[in-house]
Parts: sequence; structure tokens; C-alpha cells
Amino acid sequence: MIRLILPQHLRTLAGSGPEVRIDIEGAATQRSVLDALETRYPMLRGTIRDQITQQRRPFLRFFACEEDLSHESPDAPLPDAVASGKEPLLIIGAIAGG
Amino acid sequence: MSTVRVLAGTRKGAFILTSDGKREHWEVSGPHFAGWEIYHLKGSPADPNRLYASQSSGWFGQIIQRSDDGGKTWHQPGTPAGQAPAPGPPQSESNKFAYDTSSEAGKPLTTHQFYDGTQHPWEFKRVWHLEPSLTDPDTVYAGVEDAALFRSADGGKNWQELPGLRGHGTGPMWQPGAGGMCLHTIILDPSNPERIFIAISAAGAFRTDDGGKSWKPINKGLYSKYIPNPTAEVGHCVHHIAMNPSRPGVLFMQKHWDVMRSDDAGDSWQKISGNLPTDFGFAIDVHAHEPETVYVVPIKSDSEHFVPDGKLRVFRSRTGGNEWEPLTKGLPQKDCYVNVLRDAMAVDSLDKCGIYFGTSGGQVYASADAGDSWNPIVRDLPPVLSVEVQTLG
Repeated sequence: MIRLILPQHLRTLAGSGPEVRIDIEGAATQRSVLDALETRYPMLRGTIRDQITQQRRPFLRFFACEEDLSHESPDAPLPDAVASGKEPLLIIGAIAGG
Repeated sequence: MSTVRVLAGTRKGAFILTSDGKREHWEVSGPHFAGWEIYHLKGSPADPNRLYASQSSGWFGQIIQRSDDGGKTWHQPGTPAGQAPAPGPPQSESNKFAYDTSSEAGKPLTTHQFYDGTQHPWEFKRVWHLEPSLTDPDTVYAGVEDAALFRSADGGKNWQELPGLRGHGTGPMWQPGAGGMCLHTIILDPSNPERIFIAISAAGAFRTDDGGKSWKPINKGLYSKYIPNPTAEVGHCVHHIAMNPSRPGVLFMQKHWDVMRSDDAGDSWQKISGNLPTDFGFAIDVHAHEPETVYVVPIKSDSEHFVPDGKLRVFRSRTGGNEWEPLTKGLPQKDCYVNVLRDAMAVDSLDKCGIYFGTSGGQVYASADAGDSWNPIVRDLPPVLSVEVQTLG
């Protein structure tokens, strides 16, 4: 079980609380976690990764265990604490004005 | 008694303003999609309770929203309204705008001019304008940035590009305006379902006569002194085009500078700026019952996007252009420095015709007497990006 913390606007779109818990098959990576998230919440498709390129949106970052994972490979294993559900994976929106 | 529903898209959400046919007292609903930019929302002429909205954000990209009950509830097409999505494969492709590069019908994803004149690849950014079909509530067109035209025939669940426009040949000469390289105007010809007009900043106006398969530029007569060849076939910064449905061959255009008209479905254009104090502007519209009565809101210049002299004035021509009168009753005439964007003016079809526009200062003004007098429906919304009107019952 993976714990994910979503930014406010994505909680509203998904109709979820601040934390989402999802199960994945196989290794816990950014790709497998986001695939599972979008399967459960199809309204989030395209909001975290571009629909066409699958690239992380530039104003979003991924953090876990006090580390910035944004620039890790999407297929790199997530930290054990995230894979075990002990720590959440945080999806954070950049602080930008307006 | 008729009802009028005004759909206002703003920088921070959508608002729905409703009144009876007197248009004196208004109910305000919103914000819908609070915190998101709503570039445009529009109702289906074939089913007025079917609304489409473009919801976007620099953080989270593009969302298409749909309402089947006149804006009371909304959902992303493909995700059942009011229901949690079922487990299983993703159901919704409603936010996916993929340029068609297929070998069967698509066009190669070539490049367009960037601001500095170099070539730049096409990249989808957002939907600027949604134009529902005149006859089928499930068919809707989307004008997007980087400029292309998409169509959905299933109520917004899936979108397919009409690639003949982007790929018709002049694409490498298109370039972005200050707001991006956007397809912002889509006009469906009520007398000819095969004919569509579109406009792009900064490429110009284009027309199809075969339902979107092939396109041609319709910019003859436009003169743009800010581009290397002022009479080029493409490259003009067309800001908006308007048509009265009873006379679909007559078009009115607000270009970057210049107000223009065409009497031959865009094949040629004539300047009709006449006595306007400035002919820079964004919005333009036509009276619902008087096809020679046209409205514009002159803006000071391309470097000062606000009304001139601190006065918010709509200018009306009852002669199809050239002779313009300022309409000021009820509008601020001192210390006003707002802008009115290209999709932020609309007309209802009541008698007398109602005119509506929204400002960068968050006001939505309404006139129930064809522009003779104005009242603010609301004064303090976020900056208004678009205004559409539905005349119901």
C-alpha cells in the first residue's frame, strides 16, 4: 500500500481527502504509483504528467523522506519507507504567484 | 417569460449569472472550479442545459468539464457525474488533446515561428475556445494553443484533431501573439454545415468549405505594418471575428489594429475603423437582429491594454462600420483602466437585444437596450476572460 499526499486542487478534482492510499502491483516506482493513481482516479490523468509525453508537469515536484525525487527516473525504485507505506509520497505544487 | 443565462469565465473560476427577460435582477452562482483559469464556457444551441467549460492551470494542465443541467453540476466527460470512478482501466480521455500525426489522416508535427523568429515545435498548452455544434449537443469544437482545431463527437469524452488546418502548408509561418499561439475564434455557418471560420493569433483567419478537411487562409485586404510583409497571406494578429447568423457571409473582425468587415465570407476585407478613437481592441460582436449594428470596445494601444482617457466606452456602428457612436450611459467615465478581452463580449437574442461584456477589473456589464444604457451585473469578480450568453425559453 502506497500513501500519496495530493495538492489541494487535485483533491478537489478527485473528490478525495488529502491522503490517498493505493495498492500497486510489482515494484513501487513513480511510474507504477502514478499509473495506479490514474487508474483509480481517471480525472487526474494529465494533471500530474503530460498526457502525451508522460513528463512530470514543470510546476510539480515529488518529495518523500525529506528527499526531492523529482528528477529521479520514473522507473527508479521509490524509497523502502514509501514502498512499505511508512512514509507518504508528496506531490507538491510550486509556490508561484497569482 | 424568457430567461437569460450569462456564462463568465475568469482567472479564478466560472460564474453563472441568471435573470429573467427584464434583465434587471441577477442571481450569481459560483465560483465553479474555484482557483482555476476558465478561459471559456459555452452552451449547446441544440440543448441549452449542455454546457462545456475549459478549465486550466499552469500547474495541472487542461481539464474539460461538462454540465448536463445548465451548470448546476459538472463532471469530466468519461467520468460518471456525481459518482466515484470505478476501479479498472482509466475511463476518461476527456483531457487528452493529441495532435494527429497518424499516417492515414494526420499531418507531421512540424514547427511554427517562435517569438524570436526561430522555428519551434508544436506543443499543446490549453483550450481557448469551445464551440458546441449548432445541431448536436454531443459535438463540440475546441480551439487550442498551440494553434489547432479539435472536435469531439461524444460529448467531450474523446477529442480528435482536424489536422488539415495545422498541416495545410502555412503553419511554419504562424507565430504566437503576446498571449500565445492560440486558436481563439470558431464560427459555424448556420446555412452551410460544411463551412467553418476560425482565427489564430498571430496567423490570421482561415475557412473550410468541406467540414474541416481542407482549409485556406482568408486574409486578403488585411494590412499589418508590424510584420515584415504587411499584406502577407498569413501572420496577421486577428483578435476576434463576429457574425450575425442571419447573414453568414458577412464577417466583422477586430484585428490587433484595425476593425474590418468582409461581405464575401472572408475572401476579401475592408477597413471600417472610421471615426473610432483608436482601432486597437479585442472584442467585437453584432446585434442579434440588426446585422449592420456592430459593437467594439476600443483599447488605447498594443502597449497599453486599457481603455483610452480613463473612460470605458463601447462604440456602436449602425451602418456596418465607419460611423461609430460612443455608448457611455452607466459606464465609468473617469479613472477607469480596464481591458476587455476577445471572448468577453456577447449578445442575447431578446427584443431589445442585450449586450454583455466583462472586464479585466472583474465587472460584467449588461445592456438591456442594445447598448443605450448599461448596468454592472457584478463588480468584483476575478479578471474576466470570457462572456457568453444563453437566451432560454
